[in-house]
Amino acid sequence: MDLFEYQARDLFEANGVPVLAGAVATTPEEAQKAAEKIGGKVVVKAQVKIGGRGKAGGVKLAENPADAFEKAKAILGMDIKGHTVHKVMIAGAAPIESEYYLAILLDRAARSFLVMASVSGGMDIEEVAHKTPEKLAKVHVDPNQGISSELALDIVRKGGFPSEVEKAVADVLVTLWKTFKDSDATLVEVNPLVKTNDGRIIALDGKVTLDDNAAFRHPDHESLIDHAATNPLEALAKEKDLNYVKLDGEVGVIGNGAGLVMSTLDVVAYAGEKFGGVKPANFLDIGGGASAQVMADGLSIILGDPAVKSVFVNVFGGITACDAVANGIVQALAMLGDKATKPIVVRLDGNNVLEGRRILNEANHPLVQQLDTMDGAAAKAAELAAK
Amino acid sequence: MAIFLDENTKVIVQGMTGSEGTKHTRRMIASGTKIVGGVTPGKGGQVVEIEGKSLPVFNSVSEAVAATGATASVIFVPPKFAKSAVIDAIDAHVPLVVVITEGIPVHDTASFWAHAQKVGKSRIIGPNCPGLISPGKSNIGITPSDITGPGKIGLVSKSGTLTYQMMYELRDIGFTTAVGIGGDPIIGTTHIDCLKAFQDDPDTEAIVMIGEIGGDAEERAAAFIKEYVTKPVVGYVAGFTAPEGKTMGHAGAIVSGSSGTAEAKKVALEAAGVKVGKTPSETANLLRAVLNATKG
Repeated sequence: MDLFEYQARDLFEANGVPVLAGAVATTPEEAQKAAEKIGGKVVVKAQVKIGGRGKAGGVKLAENPADAFEKAKAILGMDIKGHTVHKVMIAGAAPIESEYYLAILLDRAARSFLVMASVSGGMDIEEVAHKTPEKLAKVHVDPNQGISSELALDIVRKGGFPSEVEKAVADVLVTLWKTFKDSDATLVEVNPLVKTNDGRIIALDGKVTLDDNAAFRHPDHESLIDHAATNPLEALAKEKDLNYVKLDGEVGVIGNGAGLVMSTLDVVAYAGEKFGGVKPANFLDIGGGASAQVMADGLSIILGDPAVKSVFVNVFGGITACDAVANGIVQALAMLGDKATKPIVVRLDGNNVLEGRRILNEANHPLVQQLDTMDGAAAKAAELAAK
Repeated sequence: MAIFLDENTKVIVQGMTGSEGTKHTRRMIASGTKIVGGVTPGKGGQVVEIEGKSLPVFNSVSEAVAATGATASVIFVPPKFAKSAVIDAIDAHVPLVVVITEGIPVHDTASFWAHAQKVGKSRIIGPNCPGLISPGKSNIGITPSDITGPGKIGLVSKSGTLTYQMMYELRDIGFTTAVGIGGDPIIGTTHIDCLKAFQDDPDTEAIVMIGEIGGDAEERAAAFIKEYVTKPVVGYVAGFTAPEGKTMGHAGAIVSGSSGTAEAKKVALEAAGVKVGKTPSETANLLRAVLNATKG
């Protein structure tokens, strides 16, 4: 889960990372109140999970609380690269002398964590890495050792920081490690980390990504989920504990196993090229050992998507037994009754396949047809969606 | 021959007394795997009957190894307890540790991986993987053993069901070993480790490599193939239609910005001389073609 900037700021503050005062607002009135509380000049910042908001006009300086009201009014509701602004952060303003960069992230290739530190902040770090690699320190961290004060100082020196800020930046890095580890983050990035005119070191903007797999030990992370941005079908699927992602095509897809479902989406898209560019409408993995109930839940969500014109159920029974899948389809159709109006193409193979096919043949539901191969079934589902 | 796993491998099951552990222990025994015992902390001393075998339960992996001479461990414990289970196996110097559990926090995986490197005695496969099978010899994990028989193809894949699909497509040729390396952002054994082992295995004549979106493991594997692998390799990559920024089932299957795309992986593999199929069935046909060409 990616956090909004204001959530990252709160998390930083809770872990001792130096930040400016800040508050989130969803209306101009709230923005004005927050500005009154902070006092003086404030910055009104659009809260969107995408870069380039500054250039898009999503960050504005406000001279006073009344001005913060106007600036928030202008920014709220803006569209930034397809993201609607629902919230703004009101933050204190700081006179900036220098901009630096600090990040800790998961390095998949190294199967470890990586710290990046650079005296050149405020811009795209890829660009720094490319143009002036000598100004970017990249140091791996042993997950079981973490970042001590000594290591932090060493990294900061490698990043080319001037000696008068070394100690302060190293202290920030240690608190960032605490944030990273204690929150089960896969990314904490501060860009820019600034030195103010009066010599303070402050994390001015931050990005944090949290590991969804670690949610079980962070019940508080639940409150960070952006429900406004969650697709209603995705929310419904989540309630049923289904692994569902809404896409923008017409063929509903259900399968077992993440790899096979991803592959099914691709095969549907290829087949769809012959039928006016028909595409998959969703990703839905019913997982290993899926029961009839899970199949029924999945099918009802997909049939409830108005964009879906046909459904492709693609199952290779490993642990999952094809008879359970077939029973699930029959049960789901019985539950849905007249609400089920879309054709369903089924391809079953593997564990108990003959019994599964027999169950579907016997049920003889007018909406259901079976095909033997994945490619053939994908083509049929695409054809039906194009009609 | 096979890689990593053969008929002599003695296996213990961590989490054997849990429902998933019991179910899959039964399946593994039925497919010929030498299961010699289980580990469940607090249940040591019990004996459980599974599939007509009396299996001793131990409190720790080191006790289990001392008593049974186990050379591999398979882990079915829930995410919360997985890290300590893996560390238990690493500290007992088990040569092969297969982590089936899905949903382990990546900080836990990073931690046990670093520990395994320090101790230096264990190969780790997974987490979030189906395990590995050397058909006709042994099967560790959850792969159905009746899809295919022994043969001359080596297979390495991030995905379980795609592995099954591919084994099914090529069941007439058969496999030396099929390894499901797992779909998490950090995994122990990589595509490269398996490619190297298959290249060095005299019985493997051709290799199927299955990848998916996320990370750059396939790109690195492509570079390795170019440098080291002389046997024919065919590839398949899933996730061409996956949108940016969405996790597609596997925790590691995510396109971030322009990195981790299926297209980039395909291009890298093809540049290394690997034929890449558009669909699983086309990939199977490519494999047949390269095998026939080698014969000719």
